[in-house]
Amino acid sequence: MIENLIILFDEIYKVLFLLIPVLVSVAMIVWLDRRVWAFVQKRRGPNVVGPFGLFQSLADALKYIFKEIIIPASANKVIFILAPIVTMTLALISWAVIPFSEEYVLADINVGILYLFAVSSLGVYGIIMGGWASNSKYPFLGSIRSAAQMVSYEVSIGVIIINVLLCVGSLNLKDIVLAQQNLWFVIPLFPMFVIFFISALAETNRPPFDLPEAEAELVAGYQTEYSGMMYAMFWLGEYANILLMCSMGSILFLGGWLSPINLYPFTLIPAPLWLIFKILLLFILFSLVKAIVPRYRYDQLMKLGWKIFLPFSLIWVVITASYLFYFNLLPVN
Amino acid sequence: MIVHSIFFYIFSIIAVFSAVMVTVSRNTVHSVFFLILDFISISCLFIMIGAEFIGMIMLIVYVGAVAVLFLFVVMMLNVSQQKNEWLSGEKNSKHIPIGLLISTVIFFELIIVAGGWKYKPELLKNFSNLGIDLNTTNTHEIGKVLYTDYIHLFQLSGMILLVAMIGAIVLTFRHREGIKRQSYFKQISRERSEGVEVIDVEKNKGVKIDV
Repeated sequence: MIENLIILFDEIYKVLFLLIPVLVSVAMIVWLDRRVWAFVQKRRGPNVVGPFGLFQSLADALKYIFKEIIIPASANKVIFILAPIVTMTLALISWAVIPFSEEYVLADINVGILYLFAVSSLGVYGIIMGGWASNSKYPFLGSIRSAAQMVSYEVSIGVIIINVLLCVGSLNLKDIVLAQQNLWFVIPLFPMFVIFFISALAETNRPPFDLPEAEAELVAGYQTEYSGMMYAMFWLGEYANILLMCSMGSILFLGGWLSPINLYPFTLIPAPLWLIFKILLLFILFSLVKAIVPRYRYDQLMKLGWKIFLPFSLIWVVITASYLFYFNLLPVN
Repeated sequence: MIVHSIFFYIFSIIAVFSAVMVTVSRNTVHSVFFLILDFISISCLFIMIGAEFIGMIMLIVYVGAVAVLFLFVVMMLNVSQQKNEWLSGEKNSKHIPIGLLISTVIFFELIIVAGGWKYKPELLKNFSNLGIDLNTTNTHEIGKVLYTDYIHLFQLSGMILLVAMIGAIVLTFRHREGIKRQSYFKQISRERSEGVEVIDVEKNKGVKIDV
């Protein structure tokens, strides 16, 4: 009995050791996003609260906590309250399988990449529930748009994952990273990396694909009726999802925790730091895109997803498979 | 082992409860949400018996794609009103015979499946007879069977799905006249000579512009 309890507390400790840094880094990443955005536009950005404005997110969080939560009278209350919880939970549970190094991984499951894909495809529900339960026109339109968008871009992300899996021969995230010891997949599969990056932008509703919350047309999309802490939870979930997509990109294409070259000065830096560094690099790319690219029109978005990305990545699957088959490189075990 | 059974009972109670709620709840959107909960708990049960591949595929396909479409349809059409009419109005008598027929068929099918288990218990005991290597992951095992022994059936089902998809698109496809469409190729291949024209405007006469 005592041993079981010790195991239980050990697991809880591990989970907290993962979740608290993720939540803190989400807050920090919001600040970083605003700073990068400001620098591109020659502004200063948040720089007042704390050194370099580092505590800005903290101040914002305090503001959200002390605001009143307003639930519209005609809203479907249970689902209205459930929606931000679902978004937040789904954004956090997927961190369980991310390997930070060969030892630091909470759950080393056989189908890690499928788990990530499944959880990110469940993310639609938070948005649909929020939009439907608000019982108002703007949120409903925003959620319908967003769901269509996320479902479309998931398809091409799935096909891109198949490309990587063909080169690895395993669904385990550790195996995917270890297969890149000699060559990161970003080099042979560079077009897939570009498509993955753009699809990740669309999947997380980031600009230029932030149509669900297009301010000019839909006020704030599915989160129009939300206020206070519930709005903040949507927000946290969104940024945790963005970080997750960045870590997925760095695991699939940029070699996860591996250092670029297996030589002396690089090997000094511990493995988790490499992964964090790659995630940050991808995230800065995300926020640069937000600052410099104008918003897409909705039909253009759908056309890009279904008529350009999907056929292209399917053709690339055929090319990868034929190349691997012809040169006898298929990973068979 | 006790933890295993606790989780099994939690998930199966949720599954049965939500399956009942799908049919009982008055609000149709709520029933779809209960259906999703049912799918999720069933896939948790799959993962618990070690079939993690099927569990994950269940999540991706049913919850991530099919149920989203369900939800779309239910939200768009006002099904809940119709359902209420069926429940309270005169129309309900028509549906009872068909429903009874289908449910009896499903009931007997379940009995046959469970009976097979009952009368061939040795099938479960020795996995070695089935040629399953317990050391490999079940993704590998499914791949080995699916792409060798059952490759023709697999390809055939793929073809059927493709035909169904094309059929659905053809049924709903309407080519409407008079809608402006954007053609990137046309836009890019325009040159200055076609786009811009310099005209001398005569005084008090103006110009006629062809569009």
